[in-house]
Amino acid sequence: MTEPTIFELSSPGRQGVRFPDAKVPEYNIPAQFVRQELPLPEMSELDVVRHFTHISQFNYGVDIGFYPLGSCTMKYNPKINEAGARLPGFAYTHPSQPIETVQGNLALMFGLQEWLKEIGGFSGVSMQAAAGAQGEMVGIKIIAAYHQNNGDPQRVKMLIPDSAHGTNPASSAMSGFEIVKIPTDADGNVDFKAVKAETDETLAGLMITNPNTLGLFEQQVLDVIQVVHDAGGLVYGDGANMNALLGIVRPGDLGIDVMHYNLHKTFSTPHGGGGPGSGPVGVAEKLVDFLPGPIAEIIEEGTDEEAPFYGLVMPEKSIGRVKSFFGQFGIFVRAYNYISMLGAKGLRQAAEYAVLNANYLRVLVKNTYHIPFDRVCMHEFVAEGRWKDASEARALDIAKRLIDYGFHPPTNYFPLIVHEALMIEPTETESKQALDAFADALLKIAEEAHSAPELLTSAPHNTPVGRLDEVKAAKELILKDQSLNK
Amino acid sequence: MNFPANLKYRTTDEWVRIEDDIAVIGITDRAQDHLSDVVFVEIVVAVDDEVSKDDVGATIESVKAAADVNIPVSGTVTEINEGLADTPETVNSDPYGAAWMLKIKMSSPSELDDLLSADDYKALED
Repeated sequence: MTEPTIFELSSPGRQGVRFPDAKVPEYNIPAQFVRQELPLPEMSELDVVRHFTHISQFNYGVDIGFYPLGSCTMKYNPKINEAGARLPGFAYTHPSQPIETVQGNLALMFGLQEWLKEIGGFSGVSMQAAAGAQGEMVGIKIIAAYHQNNGDPQRVKMLIPDSAHGTNPASSAMSGFEIVKIPTDADGNVDFKAVKAETDETLAGLMITNPNTLGLFEQQVLDVIQVVHDAGGLVYGDGANMNALLGIVRPGDLGIDVMHYNLHKTFSTPHGGGGPGSGPVGVAEKLVDFLPGPIAEIIEEGTDEEAPFYGLVMPEKSIGRVKSFFGQFGIFVRAYNYISMLGAKGLRQAAEYAVLNANYLRVLVKNTYHIPFDRVCMHEFVAEGRWKDASEARALDIAKRLIDYGFHPPTNYFPLIVHEALMIEPTETESKQALDAFADALLKIAEEAHSAPELLTSAPHNTPVGRLDEVKAAKELILKDQSLNK
Repeated sequence: MNFPANLKYRTTDEWVRIEDDIAVIGITDRAQDHLSDVVFVEIVVAVDDEVSKDDVGATIESVKAAADVNIPVSGTVTEINEGLADTPETVNSDPYGAAWMLKIKMSSPSELDDLLSADDYKALED
């Protein structure tokens, strides 16, 4: 790639903006605080616009093409959600404003909390956490606080299936729990016997993802939850895969005690650079007092003529604040918009189409790509990216070759229990034509793997940069533009 | 893939070589193949530590994943391969030689009976 950095484009003395004469008196900054050198690029406005417009064209997003990144639910974010978030009444409010001047914002937060309670079958929701992983951490801290409050500090053991997202053991370890890995059984479910064998007085809880990361509904989920509850443990639900369940199964009804949502997955708000994320946490009745706060609540009931008065309340035994102010408010507006547009029926339909799309794709490719746990899947499925008779090509090579065909690769090498995993989640927002085109590319690549494997192992070919050296990137992490050292 | 017949194996992809009462431990060719390029090895036990079977002895990171190395036999650590921190790639190029990780003076050698032969280990994934 020959794209210069903005520093390399700098031309001494060039200026984009000329400031008018200052109308305020100059202030003499003490000499020791004045920087002698500030190597900022010197450019015209047009140079800057061209540079950033050009590199933005290297980007890939859901607005550009199919993005079947498993476990991430890369669904389309309807543009009306963006318009809603930009309404001046939302966009220009400040979290330090007096409470009576932000009643609309609080009404929206409260309404969203109520919907999330209903969708998940929970008694309380806190909007604080700023990402899924932070929501997980909050959930685990709530479990810790609950056992402490009950005088059960000996409950230190957290059971985590071997198919779990890596953030699960990380959240538990950071919260001081001892992690016990639970294997997956031959059907792709969490091993019930292994869970049962760990149910003693040191059990703090179980973290379960349902559907799990193989894209499969946990067939014994009720028994697994029951046996953990019987032993005095709590069950944490990883809500990353909630998209498959909307309007069909409520995690709270299954007995899950605490779960985070990912608004940026299930409720269509943007991911990554377009984010930020948001990980609200829902809990069962017995955990409501432990939620992080503050939480939007009705302080004074309304009447026929007057709206209720909303305020922000800290739950009685709260684990505390986990985020400045009140969470990612702009994201709440988008999620609120999304839910109100779809309604209860629409949410259920979204889940049904997500599951239908994943199964359609699974069946199109299953005779070519081995599916290790091959049963009707939920919103995603995991295939193996390897063939005995074409051993040169692996999952990574298939992923890179898909880029040449204009698709974002699926998640690869996760879950860890499937070797050479390709985890494919099409979401409900893709058409049959888009799914067919992607399946065609996968089948074509499988042919190439046998007839011309170098097309895969040297891919991608049609991109500004070719195959990146991942080893070098991991071992020689250089984050600063080296030209700045000159 | 290569599984030397003179070694014993754990289902979790570690090998053991017996040198009198010392067990030398590393990860198998299959393990390094699954991990792909190894970029980081950290031995998490120290010389003279008392360790038990199933303890974590090292953690390995590749471009794909992170994995624990489980200790197959209880005993006292007599030596660790400190050089691996600087040359993690030897786990890929020489898993049974230069990339040995720990040496343990065994306290209960009968634990070796739980390990697999090269043929049985190979058959786990055929």
